[in-house]
Amino acid sequence: MAFSLLVWFAVWEVVGRLELVSLLPPFSDVLAAFPEVVSSSTFPEAAWITLQAFLIGMALSFAVGIGVGILMGTSRAIGSLMGMWVNIFESSPLTAIVPALMALLGFGLPTMIVTVFLFSVWVIALDTQVGVERVNPSLVEMGRSFGASRRVLFSQIVLRAALPELLAGIRLGLIRGLKGVVIGQLLIAVLGVGYLFELYSRNFLMPEFWALLIILFAFAFLASEAVAYFERKVSFYASSR
Amino acid sequence: MSAVQVQQLVKEFDGGIRALDGVTFDVPKGELTSIIGPSGCGKTTTLKVVAGLVEATSGTVEVNGAPVTAPGPDRAFVFQDFALMPWATVLRNAAFGLELRGVPRREREDAAREYVEKVGLSGFEDAYPHQLSGGMRQRVGLARALAVDAEILLMDEPFASVDEQIRRQFQEDLLRLLSDERKTVIFVTHSIEEAVYVSDQIVILTRGPSRVSNVVRPGVDRSGGSDSIRRSQAYLDWVEQIWHDLQGYLER
Repeated sequence: MAFSLLVWFAVWEVVGRLELVSLLPPFSDVLAAFPEVVSSSTFPEAAWITLQAFLIGMALSFAVGIGVGILMGTSRAIGSLMGMWVNIFESSPLTAIVPALMALLGFGLPTMIVTVFLFSVWVIALDTQVGVERVNPSLVEMGRSFGASRRVLFSQIVLRAALPELLAGIRLGLIRGLKGVVIGQLLIAVLGVGYLFELYSRNFLMPEFWALLIILFAFAFLASEAVAYFERKVSFYASSR
Repeated sequence: MSAVQVQQLVKEFDGGIRALDGVTFDVPKGELTSIIGPSGCGKTTTLKVVAGLVEATSGTVEVNGAPVTAPGPDRAFVFQDFALMPWATVLRNAAFGLELRGVPRREREDAAREYVEKVGLSGFEDAYPHQLSGGMRQRVGLARALAVDAEILLMDEPFASVDEQIRRQFQEDLLRLLSDERKTVIFVTHSIEEAVYVSDQIVILTRGPSRVSNVVRPGVDRSGGSDSIRRSQAYLDWVEQIWHDLQGYLER
């Protein structure tokens, strides 16, 4: 990975120095802009409100997505009642909803939280459903035959067996939630990193713009890798259930 | 003395399919009773009703005189596909029945360790199921069922997913284990040879309607060891006779 990064940053540097497009400054300029971006007075505030919206929205998504997914996976009636809608929302361009949310919830944190939630909840619900449906029925019978209560059956067997799909849903949900928070802020344009993007691009501060984007990339990458680490830990039993 | 009495068991699944149509038989205490029959005759359904995992439409199952409505600590189930938790070690899997019953860790692991050893898996306590062969996995399933010390062992085609060579070894080991444990066993199989080899009593089920066609007691003399049993006339005659019984239903 380090090699790939080095090569592409080198290519970037060369293309940037050729000054072909004003959108692309040399990579060294972008690097130089990092301290400026991070130490600017607006950055900590923007990062904090973004992180807040992201974390609260994701927490809601986990709770609702996993809950709904479990219901959809265990009850056929609920599965068919909700399945179509969850699928529609999962594949629909939710960006279009954000302006309506702004009208409803204002230009603040609630709109961003709901945007994060709406972007991420569906894939979590769907993957949880798949995971629960794929639990080997004889594992459930095994639990029952040795006297497991419903609660124990769920926490110790069903959720545990559904973990590979559940984690995949969480990882995809995290990435979508991050997209949601940035898109929401771009549309709101007065808050968080969205405001900074807006500010930098309006004033043609391209090195700062790219530096901020790389910070977001890195955050998204680390978040999804952290989940992927746990996914790899359980992947050995995804095929052997 | 019967450990299990199955009376007029009827099971109708959604859509009106009758899996069982008045199945009646007794399981004597301390003996191994096999249920055998063509596929679709309701062998496994019967076993799961006895286990309390499946509810009968009508009819009763009594264990030591008490009607069965749910799974209970007097019965332990061995699953055809092993039903091991892939995320848990051999030891934890073997101890899981006890874990669900709230036995303290130390105590349940000691019990599990003992049975893991008895089924011939010492040294594999910390292995995971995917690192074991099919035969070894089923040994874990057996250890788990023995560790809870239930009076009745319900085995659903336990050797169906195990290859033939290992299967014979496994049958030997099972008989040896059971002779130490004095369990009542109900053993579902589709192999006539297996049924005659391991059973004190064989319940032959038929299909359409799913009823008991015959209950036989082969009483093959096991004193001479496995090879001489498989060559003995009594053994061969019983296999032949049950085959004839079943053939009539297979051709229909």
